[in-house]
Amino acid sequence: MTHRSRQLKVSALARVEGEGALHVSVRDGEVERAALQIYEPPRFFEALLRGRKHTEPPDITARICGICPVAYQLSSCNAIEDACGVRVPEPIERLRRLLYCGEWISSHALHIYLLHAPDFLGYPDAVALAKDHRELVERGLALKKAGNAILEIVGGRAIHPINIRVGGFYHTPTRTDLRPLAEQLRHALDAALATVRLVSTFDFPHLLLDHDLLAMQHEQRYPIESGSLHSASGLSFPVNEFSRHVVEHQVPHSTALHATLDGHRYLAGPLARYSLNFRQLSPAARQLATEAGLGPQCRNPFQSIVVRAVETYYAVEESLRLIDAYERPDRPCVDVPPRAGTGHGVTEAPRGLLYHRYTIAADGTIEAATIVPPTSQNQAAIEDDLRRLVAGNLDLDDDPLTALCERAIRNYDPCISCSAHFLELTMDRG
Amino acid sequence: MTIPTLAVWKFASCDGCQLTLLDCEDELLAIAGAVRIAHFLEASSDVRPGPYDISLVEGSITTAADADRIRCIRAESKVLVVIGACATAGGVQALRNFRDIDEFRSVVYARPDYIDTLATSTPIAAHVPVDFELRGCPIDKRQLLELLTAYLTGRKPDLPDTSVCTECKRRGLTCVMVADGTPCLGPVTHAGCGALCPAYRRGCFGCFGPMTGPNVPALTRQLKVLGMDDQAVDLVFTTFNTAAFAEERTTS
Repeated sequence: MTHRSRQLKVSALARVEGEGALHVSVRDGEVERAALQIYEPPRFFEALLRGRKHTEPPDITARICGICPVAYQLSSCNAIEDACGVRVPEPIERLRRLLYCGEWISSHALHIYLLHAPDFLGYPDAVALAKDHRELVERGLALKKAGNAILEIVGGRAIHPINIRVGGFYHTPTRTDLRPLAEQLRHALDAALATVRLVSTFDFPHLLLDHDLLAMQHEQRYPIESGSLHSASGLSFPVNEFSRHVVEHQVPHSTALHATLDGHRYLAGPLARYSLNFRQLSPAARQLATEAGLGPQCRNPFQSIVVRAVETYYAVEESLRLIDAYERPDRPCVDVPPRAGTGHGVTEAPRGLLYHRYTIAADGTIEAATIVPPTSQNQAAIEDDLRRLVAGNLDLDDDPLTALCERAIRNYDPCISCSAHFLELTMDRG
Repeated sequence: MTIPTLAVWKFASCDGCQLTLLDCEDELLAIAGAVRIAHFLEASSDVRPGPYDISLVEGSITTAADADRIRCIRAESKVLVVIGACATAGGVQALRNFRDIDEFRSVVYARPDYIDTLATSTPIAAHVPVDFELRGCPIDKRQLLELLTAYLTGRKPDLPDTSVCTECKRRGLTCVMVADGTPCLGPVTHAGCGALCPAYRRGCFGCFGPMTGPNVPALTRQLKVLGMDDQAVDLVFTTFNTAAFAEERTTS
């Protein structure tokens, strides 16, 4: 088996957001090519943003992704506010962080329980899993619901929140509005704790990545809504230097662009975030990570589900802290008068760094927009994982090898609508 | 009695409308007990061949291959329900319909020749007969549950065909346009969201698209009274339901 040339094909990768395909060719026992092909039809957001007002990107870019709209909304707010030379006051920043924690909890719980855990437990989906382990799926859904409750109360809606604007919010909640949320989150904290313990017992295939890692860092806290950029290779730079280091290029097989960091492959997302920011986790989250078998760094992509569970626990704790300390801001937003210039904004979407850049005219009209989503940054790393997984498992039959490749892709929780979308896997051992 | 089969399909879109089904955290397992989910790639690797009793279709048609794919799905589906602004009106990506697609392609891609796309983003009903349309960007969870319940019990779904204004009044909200002078598309926008934006003291921006028989000229005059210039009025009508509002603005 190892030495023959062969071809495997899966026509649709399931349990990922969006549409794409994977082509792997093996010739004479050597992996010749592993290409992640994203054929999500392009939607041209960067083009259609031109001519819009500087107040519009939070509503428009939210529509890039239904799973992580807040990431788009807040990266765009950061970039526009940067262009206009405005910083939002600390109370508004804290409320943004609470909202973003809601998205982390909801998106991570969706990925862990509905998309990823079935891989480890041998089921095709959460519905089939629920037939044997109903309480487990119900726990995941309750956790996800708690995240969505934050999005609904602070953001107005779980999918495409309506309450976010450049400069802050349209309306801020009172302490009383947040009280029932705290009650729900205390239950969610137990569910998040049980989630870390559950996923830590899974059987993880062996794979150690040697990509560089890129994530935000913040002096006081685990990076979510603000910070500067740092890599495992020692690079540190402010967000306005992003495009000097990260360069996107087009490949013929994909509608998503590929990105490199100073010319080399790198990884963004939970593994990068955790490995560069372990010390910024809360003591309880750090201890939980250690009990779950993680070190201060994690480089096995199959353990990303454990890192996501730890981050979910942290986000629930952090939400409770933010609600406890919440003082309603004097005003829901600050004015952001336009001025000519270019602004840069970055935040940590659940699946990794999300960068926005806008050039605006003096009257606020957008002249140019650039958006670099996490999945296009991770494409090269995903392809490298696939190459090494196939090379290390050539003795497997086609079906289990194909299944292993699909699992490897799911480790990254790829958001394919974001990066351009459906995954089809072709293994050519021709 | 055999359990009906449900399929969920995606075209050019953000996944938000199909995610609405997974966001029914309290009802998801009950739904999964009442139908057999036979095709739902975002949620399951267990993919079964058609025909399907009910298909939910998200997204708009933007490639020639997708125009073929929707015809196959229609042929395999007894009931075809389109969900969301992309599927009912072409979505935000329909902004290309009024611009030069080659120019769009070259703004985003260094090698536009690699990119296969149509010059337009069109709703599903422009390609195949559709049995029901659920509006919204994204759709509303309660409306989706009403639709599925109605289908399973064999009755017509009870969904409003009025404006956001009526929902706003029923909630007892103070009108943002009258009280604060905030421009609001509530008077011409299809009901369904529960008057979400006015509840957060912002004007409706039309994500459920035009209601049946909207009085667009009257609202346009009022928006201008409130200080919006022609460009601002154009922008507010040209977002997530740009093609549907364009039709209403030219015919009204």
